[in-house]
Amino acid sequence: MLAMNYRGPRRVRIDHKPMPEILHPQDAIVRVTRSCICGSDLHLYNGSVPDTRVGMTFGHEFTGVVEQLGEEVEKLKIGDHVLVPFNIACGTCVFCQQGLYGNCHESNPQATAVGGIFGYSHTAGGYDGGQAEYVRVPYADVSPTVIPDGMDPDDAVLLTDVVPTGYQAAEMGGIQPGDTVVVFGAGPVGIMAARCAWLFGAGRVIVIDCVDYRLEFARNHAPCEAYDFRSLEDPVVFIKRTTDSLGADVCIDAVGAEAAGSALQTILGRKLLMQGGSATALHWAINSVKKGGIVSIVGVYGPTDALVPIGNVVNKGITIRANQASVKRLLPRLIEHVQNGILDPKALITHHVPLEDVSDAYRIFSAKLDGCIKPVLMPPSART
Amino acid sequence: MDHRAKDASKVKGWGSDADPKNDPTYPMKERNDGEHAGYSWERPPQQPITVEVLHSNERPDVTAVFGTSTPPSGLSGKIRRIAFRYSESSYGHWLPLMLADRVGVVEGVLDDLKHGLFPNILAERGWKAEWGHNKGRLVLRTLARVALVSAAVAYFGSRRANS
Repeated sequence: MLAMNYRGPRRVRIDHKPMPEILHPQDAIVRVTRSCICGSDLHLYNGSVPDTRVGMTFGHEFTGVVEQLGEEVEKLKIGDHVLVPFNIACGTCVFCQQGLYGNCHESNPQATAVGGIFGYSHTAGGYDGGQAEYVRVPYADVSPTVIPDGMDPDDAVLLTDVVPTGYQAAEMGGIQPGDTVVVFGAGPVGIMAARCAWLFGAGRVIVIDCVDYRLEFARNHAPCEAYDFRSLEDPVVFIKRTTDSLGADVCIDAVGAEAAGSALQTILGRKLLMQGGSATALHWAINSVKKGGIVSIVGVYGPTDALVPIGNVVNKGITIRANQASVKRLLPRLIEHVQNGILDPKALITHHVPLEDVSDAYRIFSAKLDGCIKPVLMPPSART
Repeated sequence: MDHRAKDASKVKGWGSDADPKNDPTYPMKERNDGEHAGYSWERPPQQPITVEVLHSNERPDVTAVFGTSTPPSGLSGKIRRIAFRYSESSYGHWLPLMLADRVGVVEGVLDDLKHGLFPNILAERGWKAEWGHNKGRLVLRTLARVALVSAAVAYFGSRRANS
């Protein structure tokens, strides 16, 4: 089968790989119909996540048709078209039982800090991902969800990560009606976080980034205020001035390790890989939030240390909430929002790219070429 | 002072999920103290361990399922085995893994050559897309790198000639 093959930092190609097999009685094999490249895939692509091994296939946002089932799978049947949440969750461990499906204790032997994630290095379990024609899906009865009749497949594929991650970013902010919410990052997750902040009753939503076309998209889609930090003397001072010197009620870091805006963070975190990414957005979030405010983090960082102003967290009495999105927990509500037209995730998709052109798709997305917001890889069987 | 640029009430779905009593919200919301019973839940069946699986020393065993994407091998595999002697809170774990990743890149090129494949690194880096959408920057960056390498070669060449 065709599959993306990681060859080293900023080097990926399409290759023929063996078909995946059922390895566990609760597995399914899925024929992929759509597979996105996620902003967090760029951390792998850039070589900043430890234990990202050459030969691996990335891809944790995908939909597909069930082709084979392990003997203990009961809820799915052959031919079901499913959306597959990016978390691999057993549903039975003590953490899954608390809705922490991103923190499953039975899916990732290599690390205890995170559960298994499709195609996301051995630090997240060593699973091949969905940027391929076929993929093995463990615990098929737990998270994979049959795509509702009539749902656009482009909406469905974004329900596997982007929409729940953006929604959870807003949810973890504990937004109270009328709150001012600042979202750092106008990528797909940041735009969705800004959109969802309104659902929780925000009174004002501000997005900060440095990519003009994405800021323009956020203004129209979220809809919200959006500012280029390069045009601001200091984004923290700007937020303070626009909130009567008090700070925002809630700040969301929707950027993670690839953040621009600070030479020191960029050199240490992105060029020298001496810390778990460039923590510029998180730095700004901590310094922009009000005393006693909440910082919600969904931006992905490497597992090593990163420079953040922890003294200010203490002195301001900030609450920090963070996690990988718990997709299964959120899906019922989010499917409702999509079906009712409140959320329109497919509007984020700017590029449908043949799977065979995966190298170019990564380049377009990572270098922000051609107005790219969200690329979706289309395997040959999904294009006919 | 009100700086709002948008009228919130006109945003579709505004307030539909607002719940002032929903605090503390996720991830603390559904806490059930199940951890107090320890590692005692009924575990799923164990996936047969048919490849080498390195596991964190912060857990007692391999999880019920695991990925089989790329088992450790070669020199990079040896380094990874050393890394997994150390906990996730140790640089002794993460720094060797980063080193192993870089060693793995070289092993990957050698493996390609062994199989008669000369890796097309420009294609793998997506230069076709860069050429199609961003010719100017690609040309500038290439020229800058050529100039840098030429200057370095000239500098070290002249030093060698002088000595």
